[in-house]
Amino acid sequence: MDITRFISTHRKLLLVGVPILIILIFLATFPLYGGVYYTRLLTTILMYVILSVSWAMFSGSTGYMSLAPAAFFGVGIYTMGFLQSTLPFPVIIPIGGLFSFILALLVGMVTLRLRGIYFAIFTFGLVVFMSEVVAALESDLFGRVGQHINPLPDETIFYAMLVTAVATLLAIYFIRRSRLGLSMLSIGGNEEAAEHMGVNTTRVKVLTFAISAAFMGLVGVIMAPVKVYIDPRIAFSLSYSFMPILMSVFGGMGQFYGPVVGAVVFAYLEKTLRAQFPQYFMLGFGIILILVILFLPNGIAGLVPKLQNRLGGVLAKLRKGGEAEQHANT
Amino acid sequence: MSELPRLIVSGILSGSIYGLLAMGLTLQYGVARVLNIAHGEFVMVGAVLTYTLYTSFGINPLVAAAIIGPLLFGLGFLLQITLFRGLKAWAPSQAAFEGNALLAAFGLLYIISYIALLEFGAFPRRYDWLNYVVEFAGMSLRFNRIVAFAVAVVIGVAVYLFLTRSRLGRAIRATAEDPPTAGLMGVNINMVLALCFGLGALLAGVAGSLISMLIPVSTTLGFRNTVIALIVVVLGGLGSVPGSFIAGIIIGIVSSLVTSFWQPVYVVPVYFGILMVLLLARPAGILGKK
Repeated sequence: MDITRFISTHRKLLLVGVPILIILIFLATFPLYGGVYYTRLLTTILMYVILSVSWAMFSGSTGYMSLAPAAFFGVGIYTMGFLQSTLPFPVIIPIGGLFSFILALLVGMVTLRLRGIYFAIFTFGLVVFMSEVVAALESDLFGRVGQHINPLPDETIFYAMLVTAVATLLAIYFIRRSRLGLSMLSIGGNEEAAEHMGVNTTRVKVLTFAISAAFMGLVGVIMAPVKVYIDPRIAFSLSYSFMPILMSVFGGMGQFYGPVVGAVVFAYLEKTLRAQFPQYFMLGFGIILILVILFLPNGIAGLVPKLQNRLGGVLAKLRKGGEAEQHANT
Repeated sequence: MSELPRLIVSGILSGSIYGLLAMGLTLQYGVARVLNIAHGEFVMVGAVLTYTLYTSFGINPLVAAAIIGPLLFGLGFLLQITLFRGLKAWAPSQAAFEGNALLAAFGLLYIISYIALLEFGAFPRRYDWLNYVVEFAGMSLRFNRIVAFAVAVVIGVAVYLFLTRSRLGRAIRATAEDPPTAGLMGVNINMVLALCFGLGALLAGVAGSLISMLIPVSTTLGFRNTVIALIVVVLGGLGSVPGSFIAGIIIGIVSSLVTSFWQPVYVVPVYFGILMVLLLARPAGILGKK
């Protein structure tokens, strides 16, 4: 086999594939040399990557703003809480995803027939609703609110998160390119037109919302052992809605990699700033969210084509200038 | 069941405050098209400031409300002419604007609640003002709740009259109906939007002052009140001002009944049950237009 020919025909694949493979190998071997602190940091980063990519998959493309990632994440955490003594960890992970999927399906069927504003209202309240329901359930079952989660080794959690992250990113990458993904985009562009083009808009919205919620449920289960102690207030904390939104908006929802970039940046910032400025940093994040929406509506990913254009322009000018010079010389 | 009349009256008393804060939210969404999920944070700011003014300076909570209201009006006015007007100018479509405004309000929620946390601390505090029982038609009720109810009703009626009878109120309703046409008729749209947003913040602040008279004040007050206001607003019909006041009173009664016949922890699930049935059966709410 001719290597140069292989490289030239599959140039694009290699250009994307090789770095991804290197990153994957780096991540898969990380716990061997990374140390506890950085393994945990990486677990948190992967968690936020999954949360924000799956949020952006639905809300970014359809324009229906879900304020409920925390609700689905919390459902995952509590699935672990309720089932930890009866089932093994790897079995609970998909169950958590399934519960979130079902919850989102129900919510979607009630609200996604209506205008986006009702959906936003309902999902915002869903976080409080779930936390109160779980509190009631917990006090009925155990006679008290809050419970301990049996800790698991950091490596187990890391690898569970890594596998889930890879699976989620692959799934969402293909969903975005599929008929379903295009239907979502058409809904975001102009819902009425999409309807007329034959897209069953309600079905697409409900299904994709439920899929995005399922990923959030998976992550919830995996993060539960990290928390050691959970109660409804911790599991359904509003930050788990806020952070994925901030990350997606910052990174840019139009591109697949946008939310990933946002998640990496803010997960790192959160982890490092929380210790030093426990309250100021959330205040700062709120300010950043507003500034980004105001001045950078397409996020970091929106800057890339602009920069390319400008760079391209400069290059073209240089080339032209060079040609002109040559002409002058001859 | 002899408890029932007292529970209903007590529900109406607290429901009037819900009505007030829902009126603010519905004005902001109905006219400025901003679903302000930071609305409850304005309530919390009202409550915290009233507490501070009363305990540090001995200012009567009702006087404090009269100071805080205009202050928050100014804040809301400024937010509309800077933040939300900027978002509107750059948004490619109305739907995109509503989405971005919602996310910006989420940022606002964090900013306000964390500033409050830094200044006020995390612990709930309370004060006593007119906190004694009076007999009314055979029922014993706390006097401060009656005062809060009276204030809420007076302000609610005043806002309603302002919207229906005054020239400016007519301009506001015209803008809610059809902004471009209202603009052609000579309405200063930007001024009207800012006015509505400010008025919404004012109503939230006053509701906060009234709430602070009744329950312990804490910085976590906001989130719950936003959720209550959202449910009330949908029940009353998005954009309908009288509808939201009536719905506020209904929700107040429901809350009072659930709390005493069942458990306080079921209040929010019951609200959600109502909301779900409503969205399935009549999304326009009780007084909204189809």
